Amino acid sequence: MVKLQIDHLTKHYWLERENRDVLALADVSFSVEDGEFMAVVGPSGCGKTSMLNIVAGLLPYEEGSVAIDGKRIAGPGIDRAVVFQHSSLLPWRTIAGNVRYGMELQKRFDEATMKERADYFIKLVGLTGFERHYPSELSGGMQQRVNLARALAADPVVLLMDEPFAALDAQTREFMQAELLKIWTKAKKTVVFITHQINEAIYLADRVVVMSARPGRVKDVFAVPFERPRSLSLKREPRFLELEDSVWKLIEEESDKLGMVAAV
Amino acid sequence: MKTETLAQPRIKADASGRPHQSFYQKHESTILGGFAVLVVVGIWQAIWSYTTWISPLFFSGPSAIAKQFWISLTQGNLLADLAFSGKNFTIGFGIALVSGVVVGVIVGWYRRVRMIADPFLNALYAAPRIAMMPLIIIWFGIGMWSKVFIVFLSAFFPILVNTVAGIRNMDRDLLRAARSFCASDWQIFKTLAIPGSVPFILTGVRQGVAVGLIGVVVGEMLGSSEGIGFMVAYGGQTFQTDTLFVGFVIIAFAGIVLTSITERLERRFSRWRPER
Repeated sequence: MVKLQIDHLTKHYWLERENRDVLALADVSFSVEDGEFMAVVGPSGCGKTSMLNIVAGLLPYEEGSVAIDGKRIAGPGIDRAVVFQHSSLLPWRTIAGNVRYGMELQKRFDEATMKERADYFIKLVGLTGFERHYPSELSGGMQQRVNLARALAADPVVLLMDEPFAALDAQTREFMQAELLKIWTKAKKTVVFITHQINEAIYLADRVVVMSARPGRVKDVFAVPFERPRSLSLKREPRFLELEDSVWKLIEEESDKLGMVAAV
Repeated sequence: MKTETLAQPRIKADASGRPHQSFYQKHESTILGGFAVLVVVGIWQAIWSYTTWISPLFFSGPSAIAKQFWISLTQGNLLADLAFSGKNFTIGFGIALVSGVVVGVIVGWYRRVRMIADPFLNALYAAPRIAMMPLIIIWFGIGMWSKVFIVFLSAFFPILVNTVAGIRNMDRDLLRAARSFCASDWQIFKTLAIPGSVPFILTGVRQGVAVGLIGVVVGEMLGSSEGIGFMVAYGGQTFQTDTLFVGFVIIAFAGIVLTSITERLERRFSRWRPER
């Protein structure tokens, strides 16, 4: 069953400084199945974040359509929650307060349910014992766990993740990827995961959308053939590296065409 | 012995990792600071008592100031002056605090209001408002309300301008996150704009206390028959150098107390800040 359907989505920007129109997304179409983990990978400037913002309802769009369960998206909704690249936690709220924040704004749950859900998701992301800490007392990886717990606690139908691990160091990122898969297995959400890292996309996702740069187009959509659960060592297996390499070539091709000589 | 500098603080820790501190180390700044004050006052007193370097017309000594303080307190008007100044400051500052925060929140939140108000605010914030004192005396007379008004006028603008800055300083990432959770404007105002501007408001309060104190003293100097400012002005006109010093000490003490209260408040409300 199709959960999220993106059809011929085109997005223009007006660049004030250069006084010209920029095509950010050109005729983007793909769909995400219910419960599916979909990764969108592409070089910086391919409009993938714009696309996620449109799906989140944070950015208006005119051409094409974006729909969840057949209902056109026009603004933010309780059926979606975003995990941002910057953890964007309220610095004056404790971890527990931050995890509650999304639920509080949406007013869907009563006080007791909010408390229960906050506790559950804090436990799920492995932050039990840190409820009363402030975000500034946590490491980057832990802050992103809070970010994730806040989104999950709001009980979205589709979870949108905007390069959530991009700002983390390499080791923490690997660990968080494995952790995310564990959490995803339990939370059973449809996920759209934006990244510029090919191996991150392949490791996490059921299917991967490869996008090209300027304007963002869908270059390819393919299913990841690896069985779950996936261990981190999968990333070092030849079949994984082969797949990663072929995606690299797709993107490289595109860059060559633009005369960027593989400098993605 | 190696001297500790800002660049090389001394850090000792025991095996448990908890910094080991003696009573002296814990209170080092208080002890050193207090000791320095005692030494300076002691030397001053020694010079005052045992030499003739200090002319009582131009300067005073600690014992003379203390004596004058006691005389003013028991036989003079010191208590009444203190109450008068204290009342002027408290009322003026209270009005400035409430109205500064309220107006600041409105100006910060509504873009168009800000555009209209900005030129006036910038002009009045930058101008030394104490220069309006003669005008204020024409308006309010030399009774307490001219003093209340100058304190209000002095403290209002720093509080207002800082509140506006605090509301406007809203983090774009936080705003985006709130919007993604379907936050209404009112929710954004309540959960982001107000809590985020508290540290700014307190900075405004600290600045407001400082200029409000100047306001009350100078206000009383320029046109009054009561108050600490009047006491200092009168002491100057009649060459009562000791009385002048009593006034200075009281004003300085009030400044220290009020500043430390606001600093405490600032610390209380910014527990979540990383630098501690």
